[in-house]
Amino acid sequence: MTENNNNTNKRDSGKGQSSPDNTGQISSKGISRRSVLKAFAGIPVAGIFGYEWFRKINYDNDKKDRIARELGLDKMEFPVQDYGKEAIRDTLRIGIVGFGQRAEQLAAGLGFMHPDEVKRRESNNTLINWLEQEDLHVAITGICDVFDLHAERGLAIANNSIRHRASKLPAKRYRTYQDMLADNNIDAVIISTPDHHHSFMAVEAVKAGKHVYLEKSIAHTEEELNELYRVVKDSHITFQLGHQITQSTVFKQAKEIIDKNVLGKITLIETTSNRNTAEGAWIRHLDSNGNPKPGDEKSIDWERWLGSAPYVPFTIDRFYNWTKWFAYDTGLIGQLFTHEFDAVNQLLRIGIPHSASSSGGIYYWKDNREIPDSLHCVFEYPHKDLTLLYSGNLASGRNRGRVFMGHDASMELGSNIKITVDRDSTQYEKGIASGLIDTESPMITFNPGAGQIDAVTSASGKYYADRGLTNTVINGKQIDVTHLHLREWLDCIRENKIPSANIEVAYEEGIACLMAHRSYLEKRQVFWDEVNRKIV
Amino acid sequence: MNPQWTSANFLQESQGVLSGFSGWILANSDLLTIVDFLNAWGLVLIGLGLIFGFLFKPAAIAGSVLVFIYYLSVPPLTGYEYTLPSDGSNLVINRTLIEAVALFGLALFPTNKVFGLDYFIYSRQKGTFQYDRK
Repeated sequence: MTENNNNTNKRDSGKGQSSPDNTGQISSKGISRRSVLKAFAGIPVAGIFGYEWFRKINYDNDKKDRIARELGLDKMEFPVQDYGKEAIRDTLRIGIVGFGQRAEQLAAGLGFMHPDEVKRRESNNTLINWLEQEDLHVAITGICDVFDLHAERGLAIANNSIRHRASKLPAKRYRTYQDMLADNNIDAVIISTPDHHHSFMAVEAVKAGKHVYLEKSIAHTEEELNELYRVVKDSHITFQLGHQITQSTVFKQAKEIIDKNVLGKITLIETTSNRNTAEGAWIRHLDSNGNPKPGDEKSIDWERWLGSAPYVPFTIDRFYNWTKWFAYDTGLIGQLFTHEFDAVNQLLRIGIPHSASSSGGIYYWKDNREIPDSLHCVFEYPHKDLTLLYSGNLASGRNRGRVFMGHDASMELGSNIKITVDRDSTQYEKGIASGLIDTESPMITFNPGAGQIDAVTSASGKYYADRGLTNTVINGKQIDVTHLHLREWLDCIRENKIPSANIEVAYEEGIACLMAHRSYLEKRQVFWDEVNRKIV
Repeated sequence: MNPQWTSANFLQESQGVLSGFSGWILANSDLLTIVDFLNAWGLVLIGLGLIFGFLFKPAAIAGSVLVFIYYLSVPPLTGYEYTLPSDGSNLVINRTLIEAVALFGLALFPTNKVFGLDYFIYSRQKGTFQYDRK
């Protein structure tokens, strides 16, 4: 920059020297032409810079346009979010059955938080996002838990109306879920108990005419699942299975990308979950100081907690870490694969697989658990020319993502979308040959915050896209996806519509999970008998 | 140019003496917005000032200080590793530091009395327009 300045000015002063100084060149104000030229020495530099800048903007835009056109994304439409439009609505009265850790998150999604948690979030500056959450016009009027401590915490949360104008209704504790279902002062229930209670509680709730939000997994046995499916189909209630991740805005764009055939024919989908902590391996009975968490047979109604499961003596381990045993859960399948299946099924509606085969074992967490800590399932969809893979591991934190593999491109779908064109793609053959499309790194990313598809052209852009350093944002606000999933359920109740995780997709997911689980237990490939609608 | 731009990614990388300062900015979203705004427009104004020689000295000093803050935020010292790609393999001295020193050096030279729009200011202060005559 300085060099340029000097060059320009040397020329100027050269010119000045060749003509006589001070003669006829003094303006009316007494400034010589030479001085003026010197004063404006920056103009040519700025001119060159401005011209190059203009060219760069045009070049970048043109390249992005051409890539987007080549991939067929130029005509993509982005739905306008109706989020945040306040409307006057009747208050729905909600009862929560099972008030553990998950229920606290659900309550926060509804707009209720414990005073201690409010303070904690205030001190680390994360309260603001929650305060900006839309008012869902609900009141938590019923809490049911077998553990006194959890029930009391639930009441404290339900009665804390820090951000709620609506919630003037008092919350009541019910000793049994049957008492709650019998109460006409409850419109809808959220079931967030351990998994072995899910389906029969849901069945009774539907029979009592309550709307149901049921945490995954949907059912522990095939009989229970069939019963729930039949009861919900015969009713008028709104059923939603608790799968929040597909509420992220990127899923709506991913669906459009798949519908536009950007990826070509998809024959393989790989889903994974990796964790590497005791908490992640469902060892949760100790507090941060290593002492056992509270709870004993005096404060916990143990027989009611066991329900229909075989009797075993109470231990704090079993109460907090129930996921480890097959009597209450199916482990990785019920807790994590359910989300993966839902993510894929919401996008491609793959339905019930033709076959499933699972394998794995307990290779790292050699405690008293029954569930495997390394589990791999293969689902075949011959009528759709598709294989769905699931691979979960609880002793490695490596992020393997969720990848849809097509003939022309692959899509990695997480908190953002990354599309990498396949080097042997036929659809993009010309673009690859001309050098417009780079097959070595993601070509297109979707950042929900930007609200637009962006062709990646800069090195640092590629870098950030690679790491997925983006947030889920609606209208510039960070929104909790659980809140969105609950909101959809409540909207559907009010408008008598069918939510995304409805009983049909929930049933498909339930069958796929039970097939994978049976395959693991029986160490064989299991099949879906489409005629008799049963697992064989 | 790019309304989505934010200094957050850069600040996340910060190590050394200014890492606490960077963390404080990051933890406060309003502050981050202000920092982003000031940084973007500060750079534009400093750049224009240097090119046109307008308020050259303050522009050069401000630029030098700003670039030096960039340097201190991510100093190339042994043991500090960054995930952002860097140009060249630097130790202690890198391009950012050289730029800061060069801008400071420029501020010491009275080039603005000869070239650039500061001439008008300078000559007005002297109460004469005859400065360039010998």
